[in-house]
Amino acid sequence: MKRTRTTTRRTLRLAAVPLALALVAGACGSDDDSSDAGDSGSGDTETTEATEGTEATEGTEAADGGDAGSDMATAECAVDEVDGDLALYNWAEYIDPDQLQEFADQYGISATMDVYDSNEVMQQQISAGNSGYDLVVPSDYMVSILIASERIQPLNQDAIPNLANLATEFQGLDYDPDSTYSVPYQAGTTGLAVDTAVVGTDFPRSWGIVFDPALADEFSGAISLLNDPRETMGAALKYLGYSLNTTSQDELDEARDLVSSARGNLAAFNTDSADELLTSGETAIGHGYSGDMFTQILETDGGTDQYVYFVPEEGGTRWIDNMAIPFDAPHPCTAHTFINWLMDGEQGAALANWNYYTTPNEAAKPFLDEDLLAFLEDPEVIAGGEESLELIVDTGDFEINYSDAFTEAKG
Amino acid sequence: MSESTAKPKGLTKWLLGGNAVLVYLFFYAPIILLLIFSFSANRNVGTWGGFTLSWYEEFLDNEPIQDAIWVSLRVAIASTVVSVVLGTMAALALERFTFRGKRVFDALLYLPIIIPDVTMAVMMLLFFSQALDLIDTVFGVQFTKGFTTIVVSHIAFNISFVSVVVRARLAGMDEKLEEAALDLYATRWKTFRHVTLPLIAPGVAGGALLALTLSLDDVVVTQFAAGPGSTTLPVYVFGLIRRGVTPLINSVSVVMLSVSIVLVLLSLLLQRSGGSGEGRANPDPDESEDPLDVDDTGIVDDGHDRRPITITGG
Repeated sequence: MKRTRTTTRRTLRLAAVPLALALVAGACGSDDDSSDAGDSGSGDTETTEATEGTEATEGTEAADGGDAGSDMATAECAVDEVDGDLALYNWAEYIDPDQLQEFADQYGISATMDVYDSNEVMQQQISAGNSGYDLVVPSDYMVSILIASERIQPLNQDAIPNLANLATEFQGLDYDPDSTYSVPYQAGTTGLAVDTAVVGTDFPRSWGIVFDPALADEFSGAISLLNDPRETMGAALKYLGYSLNTTSQDELDEARDLVSSARGNLAAFNTDSADELLTSGETAIGHGYSGDMFTQILETDGGTDQYVYFVPEEGGTRWIDNMAIPFDAPHPCTAHTFINWLMDGEQGAALANWNYYTTPNEAAKPFLDEDLLAFLEDPEVIAGGEESLELIVDTGDFEINYSDAFTEAKG
Repeated sequence: MSESTAKPKGLTKWLLGGNAVLVYLFFYAPIILLLIFSFSANRNVGTWGGFTLSWYEEFLDNEPIQDAIWVSLRVAIASTVVSVVLGTMAALALERFTFRGKRVFDALLYLPIIIPDVTMAVMMLLFFSQALDLIDTVFGVQFTKGFTTIVVSHIAFNISFVSVVVRARLAGMDEKLEEAALDLYATRWKTFRHVTLPLIAPGVAGGALLALTLSLDDVVVTQFAAGPGSTTLPVYVFGLIRRGVTPLINSVSVVMLSVSIVLVLLSLLLQRSGGSGEGRANPDPDESEDPLDVDDTGIVDDGHDRRPITITGG
């Protein structure tokens, strides 16, 4: 998912339009028995039952043991063991409801999914305890925060044999090197997408086309950059040859001046609709997230012949969303089983074919849609190679310097 | 009251007229745009791509959205019913009686209206998590957050809104009518049932609609009070924008909007008939019907608990 940390309130208002909704639609929607989400809302009873059944599990005990347990035990679960219904807490539209149902049917349980719109909302829910969720999907930096605050439990890797399917580039990640607490769910990069009808086909795969006046002036007024301090300052830092997690004020100042000087050529700083600006012809070069750009490109007439997404050779951002089990998950074994099930080749492919992000599952590759596979395997997409990518790391107190620099750069 | 029927003239007229147009434009132009683009075939909001109904079809096919609507509706109705009863009771207590601590209670009742949503949300989160722990320790039963906790949190803020609206109505009502009923040997309950309630009905209905709307709208508090299987529509839609805004959101909004317009019209109709009910409750000759009923029962009853005279005197 897009990992912007600032949430737009725009649609909040939209959604909040009074109300009331859809008595009509509610009536239509009410009788779809196929989904469990409907009934489990009513069912404290259902949940309670399931929970009682689980009281014996160690995961629960460890959790009850309280906030302290630095020696949190792993859940004692066998492969494919389920100990109750699955309550998944995830980003919206990140898994096909039918696929979730398939899991539920296969294991004879029910599965529900609730959604959050930022890592921080999920963090609050989990941190308070008693959230009732069995599995959450935090982004990379949030995994380290949740590990440090002991809000997610160590995984019982014996219950997840499909962990062997994890692609090598997703192993040994800084925030959780041995997959002790988390398993990658889906991933993506941040880069540039260009309209070859305007830019031509032999453009340099470099941040220079937005930051170097010699290249960028030609597309003045047709460039958009993300409205996100870490992403956009990060792009400038990469172009200058620095780390996008730098804590050097000098390097950051240099990047600030660079973004500031590029401002004259920009159509917009836009995060929510960078992809739409590009395909609607308002921009020719857009800075954006791989999954968004790629989905948008495929759904536009010109398709991949006209639009090209790439991470410039200087490097860019890689982000990874992960599956993790809250410290007090009521059904840790079901959660382990779900992780294992998604790490299966065919299931991993079904997931990626639906949401069109990058799969961290090596075994899924043979089952991926051609379009998606071509995109993922294209060496030119990540022009500088995997090594050129960096995860955004929480810089702590230095975060504010990024925001300030970006604000100054935007003028 | 005063004869303010004089029409504005000249410049004033134009300025007032222009102001009215601007105000309505400001209110409704975005809604009209929303409506128009919900029929756009282009998946980019704001780019017209020809007429289509496909977003409405997608809306009807989209199970998570329909589940969310269903949860939203049940939460709204449950929390409205409870908060209307409790809110009206609180309003009556504060408006009609004096008791120890009334001022404090009065001030505290407004608190949920004043404090920011986020504060309320975090309070709810902590409260539920602690309360559930406590229930677990004391009774050994494990509950999780979900439908019930959302309803409770909505009731918590809705009570204040309902009681404010009902109190406004009560304050404008002539207390003598109640005294008259009591004089005529109506019991407290009969007085409430046949005099007070019909008179404040429009206020109660208004409070109920307000509560319904607030409950259906709420994102922040709901997000924190929610548990497995209880994603409401606003929370879902808010999460959806992470994947980009498509006209699907417009179509959902248009449906929501249509229903709310129907609700508003209903409430207007209701208030109208409520208005005529008010007329009946006025000390018209026909009104003697009701007190007569009361009197019947009054006679059957033994006279001990009739204290209308004292009350009227006091």
